[in-house]
Amino acid sequence: MSSDAVILDPRSGMQALIDALDTAGYRVLGPVLRDGVIVYDDVVSESAMPTGVRVEQGAGRWRVFQDARPERFSWTPGADSWKRFVFPARSEVLRIRRTDGSWTTGQPAAPDRPLALLGARDCEVRALGVLDTVMLGPNHPDARYAQRRADAFVVAVTCGEPSSTCWCTSMGGGPQPHDGFDLRITELSDHAGHRLLVQPGSDRGEQIMAVLPGSDAHNADIDSAAHVVQRSVDRLPVRLPGAELPALLAGSELHPHWDDVAARCLSCSNCTMVCPTCFCSSFSDHTSLDNDEAFRTQEWASCFQLDHSYLGGRPVRATTAQRYRQWLTHKLQTWTAQMGTTGCVGCGRCTTWCPAGIDIIEEARAVIGSQMVAARLQPVDVYVHPR
Amino acid sequence: MQIVPYRVVSRVVVGPATVTLGLVPVAQACVTAAPGQFMMVWCFGIGEIPISVSGIVNGGVIEITVRAVGATSAAIVDAGVADVLGMRGPYGTAWPMGAVVGRDVIVMAGGLGLAPLRLAIESMVSGRAGQRSLTLLIGAREPAQVLYAEQLPAWRSAGADVRVTVDVGDSAWHGPVGTATAVFERMSVRADVAFVCGPEMMMVSAAQALVRAGMSPAQVFVSMERNMHCGIGHCGRCQLGPLMLCRDGAVVPWEMVSELVQVSGR
Amino acid sequence: MSGPTVAIWKFASCDGCQLTVLDCEDELLAIAAALDIRMFLEAGPAQMLDHYDISLVEGSITTAHDVERIRDVRARSGLLITLGACATAGGIQALRNTADIDACRSNVYARPEWLDTLATSTPIAAHVQVDHELRGCPIAKTELLATITALLAQRRMPISAYSVCVECKLAGNPCVLVAHGTACLGPVTHAGCAALCPSLGRGCFGCFGPSESVNLDGLRSAFGEIDVSDDVLVHLLRTFNTEAPEFSEASNRYRAAGPEGTTRRDP
Repeated sequence: MSSDAVILDPRSGMQALIDALDTAGYRVLGPVLRDGVIVYDDVVSESAMPTGVRVEQGAGRWRVFQDARPERFSWTPGADSWKRFVFPARSEVLRIRRTDGSWTTGQPAAPDRPLALLGARDCEVRALGVLDTVMLGPNHPDARYAQRRADAFVVAVTCGEPSSTCWCTSMGGGPQPHDGFDLRITELSDHAGHRLLVQPGSDRGEQIMAVLPGSDAHNADIDSAAHVVQRSVDRLPVRLPGAELPALLAGSELHPHWDDVAARCLSCSNCTMVCPTCFCSSFSDHTSLDNDEAFRTQEWASCFQLDHSYLGGRPVRATTAQRYRQWLTHKLQTWTAQMGTTGCVGCGRCTTWCPAGIDIIEEARAVIGSQMVAARLQPVDVYVHPR
Repeated sequence: MQIVPYRVVSRVVVGPATVTLGLVPVAQACVTAAPGQFMMVWCFGIGEIPISVSGIVNGGVIEITVRAVGATSAAIVDAGVADVLGMRGPYGTAWPMGAVVGRDVIVMAGGLGLAPLRLAIESMVSGRAGQRSLTLLIGAREPAQVLYAEQLPAWRSAGADVRVTVDVGDSAWHGPVGTATAVFERMSVRADVAFVCGPEMMMVSAAQALVRAGMSPAQVFVSMERNMHCGIGHCGRCQLGPLMLCRDGAVVPWEMVSELVQVSGR
Repeated sequence: MSGPTVAIWKFASCDGCQLTVLDCEDELLAIAAALDIRMFLEAGPAQMLDHYDISLVEGSITTAHDVERIRDVRARSGLLITLGACATAGGIQALRNTADIDACRSNVYARPEWLDTLATSTPIAAHVQVDHELRGCPIAKTELLATITALLAQRRMPISAYSVCVECKLAGNPCVLVAHGTACLGPVTHAGCAALCPSLGRGCFGCFGPSESVNLDGLRSAFGEIDVSDDVLVHLLRTFNTEAPEFSEASNRYRAAGPEGTTRRDP
């Protein structure tokens, strides 16, 4: 017996979890299949969450398939990430009203309910940690972000069905989150049936777990979960030596391959917009028509936009080759010196959601020397929908 | 993010479309800034730009020197005494004044680059900084664009070796013509520490010349600029390789950027 | 009335951009209070002044008379801002530029000899200096308001020259190209529309014209991966902004590379 883990029914237990979080005052956000993609949105009913959904991901390609199977987490995440909720795509950060001779400042209201993030994978939990280092830096922490993150209840999920674009194990992660969550779900499906193993990662998590209608987990359940993890690890070959990338990429600035990528790159910004750690933003000032009120908005921006690097009226990074180089080397090389963490969690979104199908792994390999890395390449066994 | 209202208390035209404004907070306590740090300066509804602090006078009046080049800087230059501007800051790193104590110091400025150096220079000519000697090389496009020209005699009489060079002289100009770097290379000045500020090309050529003359790249300091858009390390726009210049700069030792600036588009 | 004097002019166009001005329903009273609109035939005012502080110009230049008139408008205007795909790139009517104008004329009109037209439809900037351009077919109300408020505050007028993809991701839309295999010009198209078509599950038609950084050969390869033919791509490029230089150069090259097809697949 293991009293620090419970077994939940995949449907009624999930509903009980949603209800418990709602009762505890959280706005519960979870996966929803909409218009052919998995997005994160408010969930009130477990039936709104995917069941029997599988996805096929490749460079520039995402397809979703649904069948009668009962699995709740047999999919991998889509373009959407939890970043949208802790760091909104657009927000007002300042409102200033002209008064006689000066002005008064209004601050935007704080979010009304704390967030519960239901279904965060290891890459996503780590991505939130990476964002934290940027947004909560010691000198100028973002107070609104800090509040949202401190309050957020994270329900993590072990990945049982990695995609071919997943490469978390290269970037210091793996299919199972080890910290940064309040509860962790591992979906089990074996001779003992289909069930969810729930384990706490915090005091908050234990409090919620205590009210769930689960039975205590047995050692066999823990063993089954370890099997799920191992099966996923076997399907997640190390595709790049993550920790060595800053050193390997040093000196790659003048590699001719950047021009090769630039011929394919659309400079459309999709890779950066779907990246769960990309934090670049633009602040812009607006005014009312009577010009008595000014307000400032913050909006996700991208190093692929020309005005990102404007200096003296001209972009420093004028060419696509320069902008792609900036993006890749920031993610895999300079971020480490800048922030003290890696900038990439290996989620594969940039590869899947690139309309031109540019694979960051292939491009990194090309500039750091293919032979050195090719030896580490292993075959990938991932879900491909039968045709 | 908070923008603090500051009232303009003085305005001096210091060159073509260039003014020095003195600002004090409308309601809040004065802030202080270290030499080389910058403020984000906001004009109601128009925009916000980074501007180095060029002086702190009368117990807290912050001075900024601005040239009108875009909508926001033009609006700031147009601001009159009693107008209100917004400011946040100060942000960024400072000239390492501790490094000049007992040393021979050379300061090289190009154009408006003299403004971010002014607090450091004043600290040295006033005797507070404790340097052994100060050589100041000022480059400007033309004689009319030499910043703070009225202050130079005072700096000279305080013991600084001040030399001014212009790209293009006029009939009244009797000084050297050419870049500050060229003037430096014709001199036989020895220095332990250098502060350099100006357009990037000017700083690169000056820093390279200083190192060629035997200075340590760790003792040559430059004020690097990229798109300082938020000032607080959140927007990601001021990256220069591993640096975020609003946080790790603007003032950095040359050894930190000498290779980075060799690659165009970084 | 106060504020800068404004004229809104129409050249060859459908009036859709002018209607977008009137579509600012919640803001119309504030606009009327902030701007002194003296010339706006679509809405009523028709005062011919020697000088307007701001001229907003809709439509393209398609007649000899237009050529004279736009010069006159320019001479009367402080700032000249063009509105929409016709004024910024010649519009749909610029399809004539690669066709036989006499054949078009006699195919469409019963008495073609009554028609006085140029062989080309050209953007305003091909004739006079333009100070700012608003893209789109029609322009976006949000961009128009952002331009007006920027002018009133003397702020730099904003331009969203990056791709429509950015707006799709801001909105949280699924990518119709990657997830549905739908032909979409979003990756090469100038933002500003808030990703209107992809938000409704359709591919982008490129009505805001080329973005700041266009790689059409790259998009063509991406289309190849989802089995979208050159025909479809060329049709998409030759619609609202057919004469925008990046679109026209690429569409001419792709058309030259293969025989013109007869079928059109909707994006």
